[in-house]
Amino acid sequence: MSNFEKRLVVCDGTDCDAPNAEKNLVRVLRREVMKVGLADTVEIVHVGCLSLCEFEPLVISYPDGVVYSRVKATDAGELVRTHLVEHRTLERLLAQTNGLRTEQASSIDHIPFFSHQFRIALRNCGIIDPEKIQEYIARDGYQALAKVLTEMTPAEVVAKIKGSELRGRGGAGFPTGLKWELAAREESSQKFIICNADEGDPGAFMDRSVLESDPHSILEAMAIAGFALGASQGFIYVRAEYPVAVERLRLGIAQAHEYDLLGENIFGSGFSFDIDIRLGAGAFVCGEETALMNSIEGRRGMPNPKPPFPATSGLWQKPTVINNVETLANIPPIILRGASWFSSIGTERSKGTKVFALGGKINNVGLVEVPMGTTLRQVIFDIGGGIPKGKAFKAVQTGGPSGGCIPAQHLDVPIDYDSLTQLGSMMGSGGMIVMDENTCMVDVARFYLEFTKDESCGKCSPCRIGTLRMLEILDKITRGKGSMEDLDNLRDLSEQIQVASLCALGQTAPNPVLSTMQYFWDEYVAHVVEKRCPAGVCKSLVRYTINPDLCRGCGLCARECPVGAISGELKHVHVIHDDACIRCGNCAEVCNVDAVLRG
Amino acid sequence: MQATEHHVCLEKLERVRESARRLKSLRGALIPVLHDVQDLYGYLPEEALSVVSEELQISMADIYGVATFYSFFSLEPKGEHVIRVCLGTACYVKGSQEILDKLCEDLDVEVGKTTADGRFTVEAMRCLGACGLAPVLSVENKVYGKLQVTDVSKILEDYRSK
Repeated sequence: MSNFEKRLVVCDGTDCDAPNAEKNLVRVLRREVMKVGLADTVEIVHVGCLSLCEFEPLVISYPDGVVYSRVKATDAGELVRTHLVEHRTLERLLAQTNGLRTEQASSIDHIPFFSHQFRIALRNCGIIDPEKIQEYIARDGYQALAKVLTEMTPAEVVAKIKGSELRGRGGAGFPTGLKWELAAREESSQKFIICNADEGDPGAFMDRSVLESDPHSILEAMAIAGFALGASQGFIYVRAEYPVAVERLRLGIAQAHEYDLLGENIFGSGFSFDIDIRLGAGAFVCGEETALMNSIEGRRGMPNPKPPFPATSGLWQKPTVINNVETLANIPPIILRGASWFSSIGTERSKGTKVFALGGKINNVGLVEVPMGTTLRQVIFDIGGGIPKGKAFKAVQTGGPSGGCIPAQHLDVPIDYDSLTQLGSMMGSGGMIVMDENTCMVDVARFYLEFTKDESCGKCSPCRIGTLRMLEILDKITRGKGSMEDLDNLRDLSEQIQVASLCALGQTAPNPVLSTMQYFWDEYVAHVVEKRCPAGVCKSLVRYTINPDLCRGCGLCARECPVGAISGELKHVHVIHDDACIRCGNCAEVCNVDAVLRG
Repeated sequence: MQATEHHVCLEKLERVRESARRLKSLRGALIPVLHDVQDLYGYLPEEALSVVSEELQISMADIYGVATFYSFFSLEPKGEHVIRVCLGTACYVKGSQEILDKLCEDLDVEVGKTTADGRFTVEAMRCLGACGLAPVLSVENKVYGKLQVTDVSKILEDYRSK
């Protein structure tokens, strides 16, 4: 790739860029390297998201693979002197995940977060500079497209994707090869391929990461799909909320044109293909295929009944294939390494790997790519490092607003499309939010219903009215006004909405409610019968009191109380006045001796 | 003074017209044009939409339908600073609702509304994709992460004094 002997890579993802430190960090590192006279041998590079977001900004040194975490610009001088001049590791900044911080665990191959992963979709993320097409090409980029255009027929490409048994990574898990075959079979003067990058599931950010860190992999995959289907035009429908991704895609498209990898007569094969970007405008329902196409056509993004399926009549009534970002990211490796290589990974009916966005109450927040069939426990504890502050694991939510909450007794279930569905949840796009003992499951169900109620497009009444009625009931329960009859109604409504809604948004909207009712029935009953929130989250049901045996009268809680609801003299037991208390919980947060009781 | 304002206003409308003309040939041009208008004004003013309607030959009713469907578009002007609190799941389980409540309380404003002095608009946002920093809020393009309720006043103070 270059004449440099060593390379320090600095993460440049949205999470990292947030503190606005990295551009600065790269500059400072370059300056420091120059100072010690190593500018000709050590290269400092921006890369996309390294995916261990909790510990970022990360700096990884290659070829030794040592990972430094939470590096600030002020650390740059010391880092360069110690690591590059004195050839010692800088202990102070070594990444500490899973509670490990030893010499042995300092390298990327030994850090459990990375070493337990198997990366296909994220293969280039955090390794290449996403703004340089040469770096993508150096990692076999555009070789799959070359192979397809020079050695294969469209039918062979479709057969290969079918043979890999790749299923859509956006939610429903429809076989990708079959989707391609259906559209390829259609006779039409024009066909379209759309990349669905409208990542709307709150808590999932793998698509953003791939687009920001490896945009060319998506462009290449779309061109391959275009060739297989006989489409000459592709669209990427991407969230306006992801400006970095949009910018890198624009740059990538321009570079691909310069290298004749997009445009007319690619590789002299006679195949022409171009890609256009369309920005979403903040509507979750546009993740649904037909709604997305309505949005590209310039209308309200509302779904249509199927059939006709997009493969026969899609965008502007032309045969159209819509694939999610992660699905597309798997295409070039399948072409290069073969269908049987891919289908050898994973479980019986779910092949390959899946990227999960691990978030919530977990130590190593970040993106994790593992083979299908890995257990929830491996992902959450071995890779994710478990729950912070020694709290107990309560549930993991998968599949976002369409999915459900899975409790501890199912932690050893191997993850694939079918096992998650059996547990009353679903794969969805791969959001994985971990919840601990302080999370109220009724409140979580209410949270998701609020989301789907807001995002319901309003076209069909089961979803439009049904989700609102469900939310009203859940609101009532969390305010301590619910009855057992409400719980029956909630279940009844859920079942109706599942079968009667027009699109997947409505059909799956009850899942968070049904799964929490299935696994955490006791919590619902506690809210309804005892008027108590066991997790201490639902404000109307929580009371804060001070345990007189533990209180030392330090006065910290009284100072931190935003409404002056705590009184007491210094070195005397303090009292919380319930009528003035706004239940913000500050007092419990700040108390050094855990004297504030919540319940 | 008034003359200048009028001039600026006409100049902006001219830019809306240019954008509509440039994008006209694009199929499904309306949403890209609305993005341009919102970039220009921070919201979608009626006069600008009339220009869009005229250039793209799409009725105001249809434009209104599209503009109100997408949460990214706003028909009302925003405050000087737009504060967006993430209510994505990762942020929510880490207490972003409390951050939002505190913000609304401190500014005496409802979610989605602008303060009486026009300085702040408070919005709830669905996942910024910065789950590693949960809970987060953003003010314009600056992101504040790993927030606690007690950070809210400090952040507001920074912008009040600007």
